[in-house]
Amino acid sequence: MTTLQICLLTSALLFATGFAGAVTRRHAILVLIGIELMLNAANLNLIAFWRFGPHPELLTGFIFVLFSMALAAAEAAVGLALVIAIYRHKKTSNLDEVRDLKG
Amino acid sequence: MRLGGLALKKKMNWIVQYLWLIPALPLVAAGIIAVNKQPQRKLAASLAIGSMAVGFLLSLCAFAATLHHGEGVFREVYSFPWIKFGGQWMDIGWVLDPLTAVMLMMVTFVGMLIFIFSVGYMAHDQNFMRFFCFLALFASGMLGVIIANNLFLFFVSWEIVGLTSYLLIGFWYHKPSAAAAAKKAFITTRIGDLGLLLGMVWLYAQTGTLNLYTADHTGCLEASALSQMATHVTIGGLGVTTAIGLLIFLGAVGKSGQVPLHVWLPDAMEGPTPVSALIHAATMVAAGVFLVARVYPLMSFGAPLTEHGASVTTALTVVTWVGAITAIFSASIAVAQNDIKRILAYSTVSQLGYMMMGLGVGGVAVGMFHLITHAFFKALLFLGSGSVIHGCHEEQDVRKMGGLRKYMPVTFAVYGIGMLALSGFPLFFSGFWSKDEILHHAHKWPVSQIPFYLGCAGALFTAFYMTRQVALVFYGKYRGHADESSHDQSHSSHSSHSSHVAAEDGHDTPHESPAVMTVPLIILAVFAILLSVLGTPAWPWFEGYLKGEATILDWSRFGDTWVLMLVSSVIVLTGITLGVFLYGKRQRQTAEEKDVLEAAQPVVFRILQNKYYIDELYELTVIRFNAFAASFCDFLDTWIFGGAVLLVSYATLGLAWLYRLTDEYFVNLGFDTGCEALRESGGLSSKLHSGRVQTYLRVIGVALVLLILFLIWGRKA
Repeated sequence: MTTLQICLLTSALLFATGFAGAVTRRHAILVLIGIELMLNAANLNLIAFWRFGPHPELLTGFIFVLFSMALAAAEAAVGLALVIAIYRHKKTSNLDEVRDLKG
Repeated sequence: MRLGGLALKKKMNWIVQYLWLIPALPLVAAGIIAVNKQPQRKLAASLAIGSMAVGFLLSLCAFAATLHHGEGVFREVYSFPWIKFGGQWMDIGWVLDPLTAVMLMMVTFVGMLIFIFSVGYMAHDQNFMRFFCFLALFASGMLGVIIANNLFLFFVSWEIVGLTSYLLIGFWYHKPSAAAAAKKAFITTRIGDLGLLLGMVWLYAQTGTLNLYTADHTGCLEASALSQMATHVTIGGLGVTTAIGLLIFLGAVGKSGQVPLHVWLPDAMEGPTPVSALIHAATMVAAGVFLVARVYPLMSFGAPLTEHGASVTTALTVVTWVGAITAIFSASIAVAQNDIKRILAYSTVSQLGYMMMGLGVGGVAVGMFHLITHAFFKALLFLGSGSVIHGCHEEQDVRKMGGLRKYMPVTFAVYGIGMLALSGFPLFFSGFWSKDEILHHAHKWPVSQIPFYLGCAGALFTAFYMTRQVALVFYGKYRGHADESSHDQSHSSHSSHSSHVAAEDGHDTPHESPAVMTVPLIILAVFAILLSVLGTPAWPWFEGYLKGEATILDWSRFGDTWVLMLVSSVIVLTGITLGVFLYGKRQRQTAEEKDVLEAAQPVVFRILQNKYYIDELYELTVIRFNAFAASFCDFLDTWIFGGAVLLVSYATLGLAWLYRLTDEYFVNLGFDTGCEALRESGGLSSKLHSGRVQTYLRVIGVALVLLILFLIWGRKA
């Protein structure tokens, strides 16, 4: 097992955890946490490939991950704003009860 | 002299160009009378009489024009192109020759006198305007027949004449007998017209032109066209000229009431008496004779002239035989008739037979002379009978008249003159000279002497029945019921004259007619005598005029003819004596008494009285067949053609029902089912939307895994 493989395995585990959390939790904030986890897992993946890839001396991977983190933060803000809007409308943060778009 | 000649030449052209006015004026008069809403009797009568008077003056000008020509027969033609017919122009035109001029003068003059008579006769009729409209229309048609130079124009005018005859016979159409008589007249003459049409079409096909005469001698009656046709032969070896001539003669047979198409003329007496006088004595029935005279060049073509100026051809032989048979046939029927107008009607048929015979044996001049003289004295007799009927309060049966000599002296005098002219009383009366010409030529006919003997027998009968009629009407004791019962009788018989009868309540006895009716009678009587001047053997002006030769007064010609004149005089006097003896001396006392001849020979008399049962024969054969054909056509129409139409309609209905079925079940149902399925699938699809975010995320996750699997391993394949 090379170091790269260990890092990738770790990020995969993190991604799976985040995905499981996003998909199975009832509370809206917890779903957002899961999404954050998935994003960070992806970031870890990127760092691993940068560190153990062909040109580790360039800062390409690092900058890419930095952008990704900024995006994650922005997306978290938007997600929280959505949750607050839904809470104001529906008086609940339980995602099982937000089924207005049911066909 | 030259200037005079030029002026004359111009005058000829003038009248020929304006010849069309002669039939056009009565036509215009008829049109104006027809569109009048309120009855304006004076206007109608003056228009009609005025148009005929102007026509007469123009005819005199035309006659004068034909006199001035030098050698040969005067013939001037005026035609103009009228319509383009299958690539070539068809002309319409009129011709002025002696035949035309003479007929024009006679028709306009006699017509004018009869119109004047009608003013008095129809004064109490409500339909005065309609009568004069039809009379004027008839006059225009008849005059058109006379001047027509074109077969098409001739046929059109011929049909107008037939139509107005129908309209006028059935003038009192609410009488069923009058309506039936009108229908009979029209249909019977139509049968003849069929022959005429066929003959004309054939003539056009043979010669290529519809014009009778043209300026450059290419007309279908002129020598070039006829000689071209002479070589053609049709079925049975009959020459084409003969066949065409016989077909055209068929038209004359119908119109002039020759046997076997004579049956309509006696029934035509249902019309008012002026109609009988004008149409069925003087003019329309003469149109048939005129037709034969007009196409005489065709009918006489090919045969050499005999020394008496007449040709013998097959066609003319047929004409002679038909004429001779008709003459004796109807003269014998007239002996046994009791209606004053029927006697005259059969007499007309008989005299028309004489005219045809004259045309056949002697040529145009002989036949036409008798036509002209006959027109005058027959019109006189009919109008006189109208005066008698009027005076006897619409009584028409001679058995119920008698002794009218005292009550109607003027009518008696002129009627006597007419009767003597018709019988052919020697020397003073035109009928004698004209009939003698016919008998003279019949005697000289090379084919057979039988027409001559038939003609003599007919003359005997004519004298006899006319004497019988005059004796029964004017002599003896008055046998009529000129009191209450006769008023009832006349009420029932002529309802249109009811107002007249009511006005005449004060008159119990027959009375003389007013001057408006007697003056034309007197004029006609004068001509019945004067016309004899035109055709005596000593100075045969008429014959010379028609042929275009000059005639000279030659008393020596009596040397050839005095034997025949004596023979015919004897025949006439025998007939008159017989009539006087049987009817004049031994007058019948009552109306219901049996006729002298009836008592002597009841069977023969019955046959004659019933017109040889010809009508019944036609009823059994032709009419039955016609009815059968009509009912067969009705059957065809109802079941076969109607059936076909019904089948089509049912098929359409069936198809329509099938379409509806298809539409209802296949289209609609299919569409509806499809929409249902779509909606259901939509419903199913919408169930995928649970509204839960987690579900969506799960789906995204699964789809992502599948995509990765595909990308890693699916590509290889």
